[in-house]
Amino acid sequence: MPQTRSFFRRCWRMVALFIATWWIVAGCSSPSVNTPTSETSPGASPLAGSDLTVGMVMVGPKNDAGWNQAHFEGIQEAIKQLPGTKLEYVDKVNPADRPNVTGAQVADDLIAKGAKLIIFNSDDFKDDALAAAKKHNDVPVLHVSGDYAWKEGKNFKGQPNLTNVMGKMQYGEMIGGCAAALSTETGKIGFLGALINDETRRYASSAYLGARHCWETYRKKPASDLQFKVTWIGFWFNIPGKTLDPTKVADDYFNGGYDVVMSGIDTPEAAVQAKKAAEAGKSAKYVHIDFKGGCNLAPDSCLGVRYYHWNVPYTTTLQNLKDGKPLESFTWLGPDWKDINSTATSMIGFLPGKALGDNQKNIDAFVKSLGDGSIDLFKGPLNYQDGSEFLKAGEKATDQKIWYMPQLLKGMEGPSA
Amino acid sequence: MISKISISRFNVYQVGSLVIALAFIAGVILMVGGSPLAVVTSMGAGAFGTTDQFARVVATLAPLLLCASGLLFTFTAGLYNLGIEGQIVLGGIAAMIPIRLFQEILPAPLVIAMAITAGALGGMLWGLLAGILKVYGRIDEIFAGVGLNFMADGLALYLIFGPWKKPGVASMSGTEQFSEAIWLPTFGKTEASPVALVIALSLLLLTFIVLRGTYFGLKLKAVGHSLRASYILGIPALSQLLSAFALCGAFAGIAGSLQVLAVFHRLIPSISSNLGYLALLIAMLSGSQAWLLLPIAFFFSALNIGSLQLPLSLDLESSLSGVIQGTLVLFALLGRGFSELNKSDLNKTVNH
Repeated sequence: MPQTRSFFRRCWRMVALFIATWWIVAGCSSPSVNTPTSETSPGASPLAGSDLTVGMVMVGPKNDAGWNQAHFEGIQEAIKQLPGTKLEYVDKVNPADRPNVTGAQVADDLIAKGAKLIIFNSDDFKDDALAAAKKHNDVPVLHVSGDYAWKEGKNFKGQPNLTNVMGKMQYGEMIGGCAAALSTETGKIGFLGALINDETRRYASSAYLGARHCWETYRKKPASDLQFKVTWIGFWFNIPGKTLDPTKVADDYFNGGYDVVMSGIDTPEAAVQAKKAAEAGKSAKYVHIDFKGGCNLAPDSCLGVRYYHWNVPYTTTLQNLKDGKPLESFTWLGPDWKDINSTATSMIGFLPGKALGDNQKNIDAFVKSLGDGSIDLFKGPLNYQDGSEFLKAGEKATDQKIWYMPQLLKGMEGPSA
Repeated sequence: MISKISISRFNVYQVGSLVIALAFIAGVILMVGGSPLAVVTSMGAGAFGTTDQFARVVATLAPLLLCASGLLFTFTAGLYNLGIEGQIVLGGIAAMIPIRLFQEILPAPLVIAMAITAGALGGMLWGLLAGILKVYGRIDEIFAGVGLNFMADGLALYLIFGPWKKPGVASMSGTEQFSEAIWLPTFGKTEASPVALVIALSLLLLTFIVLRGTYFGLKLKAVGHSLRASYILGIPALSQLLSAFALCGAFAGIAGSLQVLAVFHRLIPSISSNLGYLALLIAMLSGSQAWLLLPIAFFFSALNIGSLQLPLSLDLESSLSGVIQGTLVLFALLGRGFSELNKSDLNKTVNH
């Protein structure tokens, strides 16, 4: 026993020595190798200063070929366009990749590193964004895809330094759904969904509306012949043991006769599995989402990609901050119908894939009709999945009705909540 | 003479293991393209650079201390309670029950007290289950613990996607955040809660007293040294084992309730944040000495919090912190093991 006790005394001494060494080293060295450079003046007002450090909190990896990469490249593009701005970021801020870390904590650290604007890039961060905005009420907080700053929304919180921005991806979904309907041979489209909330219901429903329209209009087939199934995995990307495995879900679709899978998640499992299925001799195509380069994952199987140009709202936000202008509290940007793939002006775009083939002309016609208003797919009569009324005959949906859809639409398969 | 030789060798092994561990860690950092000095500096700054960061170290210290204290009971009884993660989760789940039922009805302090009590009971129940499987089902506590961890995770997921889901939402991001009135009070705007810290330090002190100065602690040590011998000598070995599981589970359950009340303010699937596993390392490194838990847990808490600076400042993976933690513990244990092996070899030689 005495020997054991003396062992632990020595052990403690060593740990103490180690901590002491750490402190000494930390004390003698520069505080951080990546502290804000002289570009950022510490006392500069975020609303009027010429230099600006942007802090971004991302829910997934910055190179996920999806949602997060689109944000990362968007903010980088905005930074490039505006001299005197710089980026600090942390990606993979989710309980699986960074346990014991919350988005609000990351915001604290980014602000400590000099960030004068905090961007949270996921709906998942709505409470973190609000908490960060309350705690640092002199720092603008931009929460992507939330509605806490939408005065006309259901969840308005009235936090002055909290703003929201989102893209009207419902149009991208309609175009993607159209591409899927034009290309399916079996009449079975699978939607690989993330978690279930207002945003994802809106997107899946829009994809269905686009698919149904093109199925009826261009394929000249009755809507009852089209199967549109949604499978939700439970989160924006795969977390082993916690979510459904999107690889398996995509495989199940292709093995079950669904020859087109529309990805609704942040990561590229639909593309990867479509490629594998096609290589195995199956008819398998996919529609990618979020990231412009999504068709490069499996070009021969790609029908197209509906995507965001995040540089559009980010550039405006950064420019406004640098000019000392107030930020819009809620921004919901749609496509620039003159050129939906304009990097400079269109928030939402659609790039056709190789597998779309001759159907491109129908897509062009569809986009033109959406743009000139001759088609409005959110116009009644439309019913929810349980048969209750969403829009009366001739009624056009308001932004609120589109944002807060409590159910999927009639004709779709899959759970609404 | 032999004693001096042993001590000298002991020192050599311990210092040697630390040096090898540090060299190994430096090698890993270099391999991933980082600078060891920059990593140390960044992590130090990330843990103590601002008030918020230091407060986070303190906030993480509380559940770590609770779990490590609980683990001392099971370690002393010769048990490896790998089920501690599940016990934290059950504590978190149980804490949510009074919150959901009474947050609108009863005064906030009462709801908080009920949530912590419920957390302790939930963790205790899960700990006892591992104990019952061990004692009556003859299932090794390691396997039972891991299995129960999966079950606890599954139960949390079921509740989050099922009966406790946010209205109209099915997401593993967790349940709806509860009212701010139920959040544990903190120091200023930071995340460190004096309530959590006082609970953790009190239970650490209790652990120290119980293990060092009570008959219960002595019996637990006897059981840990030899279950059979203690049974023959009249110590109720089985009830001692179950008590150790129950105590550890209760402590972990309280940690789970603090994760809910003080950190996340809702139930999330990974409510334990792997702190149970980290506490296992701390308890192992402490060599079952309660008084060592505070400095070691503080050190590991600082590593855990400081690791966020790795991606932020150095573009390195924060999981590197896990490599550092694991390496330090592994080599410390190896050094201890080798030195004791060496001592017993020496003793054998002398006896011959």
